[in-house]
This record gives sequence, structure tokens and C-alpha cells, in this order.
Amino acid sequence: MGEILLMKGNEALAEAIIRAGVDGYFGYPITPQSEVMEYLAAAKPEERTGMVLLQAESELAAINMLYGAGATGKKAITSSSSPGISLMQEGISYIAGAEIPVVVVNVVRGGPGLGTIQPAQSDYFQATKGGGHGDYHLLVLAPNSVQEMSDFVPLAFDLAFKYRNPVMILSDGLIGQMMEKVELFEPIPRWTDEYIREHHGNWATIGKTPDRERNIITSLDLVPERMEKHNMHLKEKYEQMEREEVRFEEIQTEDAEYLFVAYGSSSRIAMKAIKLARAEGIKVGLLRPITLYPFPKKRLRELADQVKGMLSVELSLGQMVEDVKLSVECRIPVEHYGRVGGMIPTPEEVVEALKTKIINR
Amino acid sequence: MAKSKVIPHHDVPLDQIIKPENIIFKKTKLFTDNVLSYCPGCGHGVAHRLILEVIEEMGIADKVIGIAPVGCSVLAYEFMDLDMQEAAHGRAPALATGIKRTNPDKFVFSYQGDGDLAAIGTAETIHAANRGENITVIFINNGIYGMTGGQMAPTTLEGMKTSTTPYGRDPRQMGHPIKITELVAQLPGTCYVTRQAVHTAALVRKAKKAIRRAFEYQKANKGLSFVEIVSNCNSGWKMTPVQAIKWLEENMLPYYPLGDLKDVGLD
Amino acid sequence: MAKIAGAVVVDIDRCKGCELCVNECPFDVLAMSEDVNIKGYHYSYMKNPSACTGCLACALVCPDTVITVYRVKVPDTAKS
Ligand SMILES: Cc1ncc(C[n+]2csc(CCOP(=O)(O)OP(=O)(O)O)c2C)c(N)n1
Ligand code: SF4
Ligand code: SF4
Ligand code: SF4
Ligand SMILES: [Mg+2]
Repeated sequence: MGEILLMKGNEALAEAIIRAGVDGYFGYPITPQSEVMEYLAAAKPEERTGMVLLQAESELAAINMLYGAGATGKKAITSSSSPGISLMQEGISYIAGAEIPVVVVNVVRGGPGLGTIQPAQSDYFQATKGGGHGDYHLLVLAPNSVQEMSDFVPLAFDLAFKYRNPVMILSDGLIGQMMEKVELFEPIPRWTDEYIREHHGNWATIGKTPDRERNIITSLDLVPERMEKHNMHLKEKYEQMEREEVRFEEIQTEDAEYLFVAYGSSSRIAMKAIKLARAEGIKVGLLRPITLYPFPKKRLRELADQVKGMLSVELSLGQMVEDVKLSVECRIPVEHYGRVGGMIPTPEEVVEALKTKIINR
Repeated sequence: MAKSKVIPHHDVPLDQIIKPENIIFKKTKLFTDNVLSYCPGCGHGVAHRLILEVIEEMGIADKVIGIAPVGCSVLAYEFMDLDMQEAAHGRAPALATGIKRTNPDKFVFSYQGDGDLAAIGTAETIHAANRGENITVIFINNGIYGMTGGQMAPTTLEGMKTSTTPYGRDPRQMGHPIKITELVAQLPGTCYVTRQAVHTAALVRKAKKAIRRAFEYQKANKGLSFVEIVSNCNSGWKMTPVQAIKWLEENMLPYYPLGDLKDVGLD
Repeated sequence: MAKIAGAVVVDIDRCKGCELCVNECPFDVLAMSEDVNIKGYHYSYMKNPSACTGCLACALVCPDTVITVYRVKVPDTAKS
């Protein structure tokens, strides 16, 4: 068993970054995730693993540093919060187009604009529908515990390199700031240059040797036929993700007549709401999407044949609810309940919403 | 070049001169077979060649990672037989930072136009230079946005006509042409900052020495080396290539004087 | 005393007809062809080959690197 510590979500993430054998962290401070870089700076990653830590001049620069490093087959990661992630969208689009494996962490705060430094889940659309320009998707992981803040870092890199696609860890201020016990995984050594040459030398820009064609990392192709083909190739990757990477957790769905759908911090509130509701005899369960893209459509579609209605609980004005509705194809009522601007709903409020919006509608 | 008054003469038959063993200049192997996409007479082509010749002569091709910008040279990777990355407009120095920091044993260069480097990418340029990233920046200043059809660049000269300054650049409204190379030279993170040109044979020789020196600085881990090349954009300037290089001499060079702005010493 | 004899070969179909080489040659060796190449450009050729010293000037300024330069040492028969 690994080391067990009491840590903040952001600290567990930072520790996991070092342990995951990451080669470079590039970031720019922003609340509520500045602890990530602060933890890394104090932990001397250059001594522990040789990992590079660099405070960039902007999120724009940081994401483009990920582009450069990721395109050499190195593991590169950044973390930020909503306004910073908006600034990164240009780079993320290029990274998706050029098929570079990188990991981006968004510890979401409320918006729009400068908004608030309090937690929110209002970047769901941005994270799951592309975010920048062009047809593309990130693979999006949504942790709901400090444990998952740690575990999802190596998972995100596995997926990023499996698909040569950017992976986003979509957290929020609540998960980032809360303290929980976490079991740390054993450190994974950084890849050697030989390993990278062997496993990623067919695409990574590591210096052209005479035995192979040059490797080019680009998102550009001016020939429409080729560009369409490239887009179709990206689509195939997304379809493969939909087949192979859907992850979710079900809680008390066996006998459920109603269902909460909630991810991240909202799922923690929904779990408490289940207890309250069940004490009143309301049989409600929870489906917690762990991957927000690909979304657990199929399972929701199945559950639509079992339950009488679903309530999507989100710290937003209603974003994921659209995907829930698409999944259940109008077979049962689907409603949204959320608080925004940094307000967090109580479990009581959530139960009340289930009653008024679904049960007694 | 000034025309010689004395015209030499030899009687050697051509077939005795044109033999493989007599070659004294040919295209470097580091060029791919693709025909350069640049307009006739465009300075980008010479700049590409000098970089490739230096890399070939230093024997470092298998350790080089180059970065193409957004601009006319966006397809530089089609012409250079090197591992290359294509950056978003202006972001090349950030890519270079990410590459070099995680691959300190590689040679990394960015190739950027004046719009790319001195307008949209100013922050990336200044901060990479200020951090003293061990990279080489090749900066092609043609005073215009060539690729998008000849709009004003930050470097466009006062009074110069472009498609977005059809009556000439008025500094009161559009600001002054930026001497970003002078700005970069101010920063302690840079080790070698120079301004060159490539429109005459003598200048080509000098520019090549400068690019070589810039890569030698990178090899010595001395910080960021920066080579500006004042170049011509015949299409954007709406001139023939020969007119353009004359105009460059008479108008660009007085404002952008050639020579080293900083050279901290290689040893 | 040895003297230099030079010659250049232009890769005709890759020449873009910019005339920078003609402009740069100190000895007026080069001129532009009447014909056009496959791209429709007039191309550079040696109009006065006997004056070429292989000085490289044309090749150094050629943006498309289409000029290959040759040079040999020959006994002095110069008449200038
Ligand atoms: C974000 C963004 N804005 C604008 C453009 C359009 N654009 C492409 S190239 C260019 C200017 C390039 O000029 P310069 O860097 O001077 O290069 P040149 O073509 O002159 O060599 C612009 C504005 C773009 N590709 N991306
Ligand atoms: S538009 Fe200007 S910079 Fe671009 S290729 Fe033509 S001459 Fe060169
Ligand atoms: S090598 Fe020199 S002399 Fe010969 S054609 Fe070229 S420029 Fe003229
Ligand atoms: S400089 Fe090169 S491309 Fe231009 S005319 Fe001469 S040979 Fe042709
Ligand atoms: Mg330009």
C-alpha cells in the first residue's frame, strides 16, 4: 500500500505530477489553484525527478510550452482556472489538431469574465465541446475526491499518449481546496530518451536521424482532401474513445426510481442528498460521469428505461443537462438544478429540487 | 554588387569546368526536394538556406528541432529536412522554451516574421529572451505582413504604403516602426543579438557567419541568440525583386542599420 | 600563374526569374532567357560564359538555390 497522507486536492495533484514521471510543468498563477505551482516549487522536482518547473509569462505561453514539449514525446502538464483556460484555448485547438499528448488541469471557478474565485462547474461546455475553434474534443476526466486528483494524473497521461490527444482534468475549487486522505501511488520513473525514441520516435520531433523521414508536428494542411482526411482521422479517435474510455460510477442505482446525474463536487452533494431522500423513502440513485467526454450516453439511455426521471445537479445554469437529455432521447423527464456564482447547494435543496422538478412535476 | 569595370576572360571549354569534382557550391542536402513556395526573389529562401548550411556544417541535423511560424514561412517544414513543429501565430518562442527546457541537449531554433515576432508574439519574444532560453531566434523583418497580402506590420516604415495604410503609415495614428531587436538586446538573457541582410553576396556571407555564431552560442548554453534579417517582400511592396532590394538599401537599412547589437563573447 | 575559370549551371525549371543573380554578377555573365521554363518564368543563363570566375555571388543571392557553381584553375590566358 502506498503512503497515506491528509492533503488538499491541489496538493495531491501537484504531488501526483511529480510522481507520474512528468517532464515539465508550465503554468501561470491563478486562484483557486495557485497551490499547485507553489507546492511544486517547494518540492524541488528538479532534484527529485529532474522535472522542469516553469512559471510562464501567461497562460498563452504556458500552453504553447506544452505544445513544444509534448511534441517531443515528453510528458507536459499545466494547471489553471477558468479565465486562464480561456486564454489557452488557441493552444489547445492547435494541440488537438497537431495531435500532441498533453494534460491540462482546470480547477474551475465561476464566470463569466473574471467572475469569482469560488468553485463552479460552468466550464463544462468549454471542456467537452471543444473550447477553441475547429472540430475537436478533449478527453475530459472529472475527479470528485482528493484521491482522484492524484490518481487521474497518471491516467490522464496514459490516455493522452494512447490517443495522442490533449486530456483535461476538470476539477473545481471545491475539490481543489478540500482536505482528504489520499493514498499516493508509487513514483513512476520519467521516460528516458531511448524509451521515447522507441515508443514515440515515429511521430515525435526528437531530431531527424538519417534512418527515417523527418517528423513534422503541424495542424495545417492547405489541401482540402487531405485536411478532410485528417479531420476524419480525428473523428475516428473520438469514436474509439467513445467505445473504450467511457468511465462512470453508479451509486444505489439497482433499485432506483429516480436518478441524480452529477460529476465532481456536485456528485459529493448528490451522494448526501441520496441519503436524505432515501430516509424519506424516495428511491434515488446517482450516476457520476467520470469521463465527461466521452459521456456515458449508453448507460444513461439504459437507465432511462428503469427510472422515472433524472435531475442533473451542477454548479452551473445547466450545461451537462443537455448531454443527459440527448442521452435519454426524451424518454423520461430530465431537469437541471444548480447554484452558481460560487454558491453551493445543500443536499436538502437538491432533494427539494428532485421533488418539485421531477417527482411532483 | 557593383559591376566590375574589368571583365575577365577564359578559354576553358565548359565541359571541362562543369564536372562533379569542380563543384564549389551546390544546394545543401538539408533542403527537401520541394520547390520553395515563396514569390520570385523573396528573401525567405536565402534565409532558409543559410540556416540549413550552418546546421549541415556543424553536423547537428539529428539534434535540431526547428519551429515554423505563421506567415509566408508557415510551410518552412516542407523545405527543411529536419524535425519541425509549426506554431500558432507568434507563439514560436513559447514552443521553443517547452522543447529546450525538456530537451536541453537539442538545438532549437524558431523562424519568425515581423508580424509574428514583433506584434502578436511580442510577449513570447520578450519573455523567452528575458529568461535567457538557450535557443536561437531567426527574425525575418520585411516590414510588412507578406502572407495575408501586404498589410501594415509593426515594423512598417513611417510613410510606407501598405494595404491597410494606403496613404502611408502615420505614426500619430499607427505608432512608430518598432525596433524590437534593439529591445531584445537590452535584456540580460540574450547573448548575441545582430541585424543582418541577405540581398547581396557580401551580406549573405556575413549573415551566414552570424547565424553560425548564434548556433555556437546555443551550443555553449549562453542564452538566447537572435538574428534579425532585414528582407524584401516584393509582392507586398509591389516592386520587382531588383527594385525591392534597392528600396531596402535606401529605406529599410537607414532605419534598421546592420551590425551586431550585442555579443557577450563566446568563451 | 594560374587563373580561375568558372561556370554555373542553373536548374532551369526551378528558376523563378527574379533576376537577382543577373543583378549581382560582377562580370555580366548572366542574362535572362527569351524562353520560359515549365513554370512560365524567364530563366537565368550564362550569356558570357567565358567571363565567369566562379565567384559565387549569383549563387549566394539566389533565393531558390538553383545555381550550382563550378571552378577550375587554368594557366593564364587572360585577355581583359
Ligand atoms: C491568430 C491569428 N491572427 C491572424 C492570422 C493571420 N495571419 C497569418 S500570417 C499573418 C502575418 C504574417 O506576417 P509576418 O509575420 O510579417 O510574416 P511574413 O508573411 O511577412 O513573412 C497574419 C496576420 C493568423 N494566422 N492567426
Ligand atoms: S509575399 Fe512577400 S514575404 Fe511572402 S513569399 Fe512573397 S515576397 Fe516573400
Ligand atoms: S559565379 Fe560569379 S562570375 Fe560566375 S556567373 Fe555567378 S556571379 Fe557571375
Ligand atoms: S536568382 Fe535564382 S531564381 Fe532568380 S533568376 Fe537567378 S537563378 Fe533564377
Ligand atoms: Mg513580414
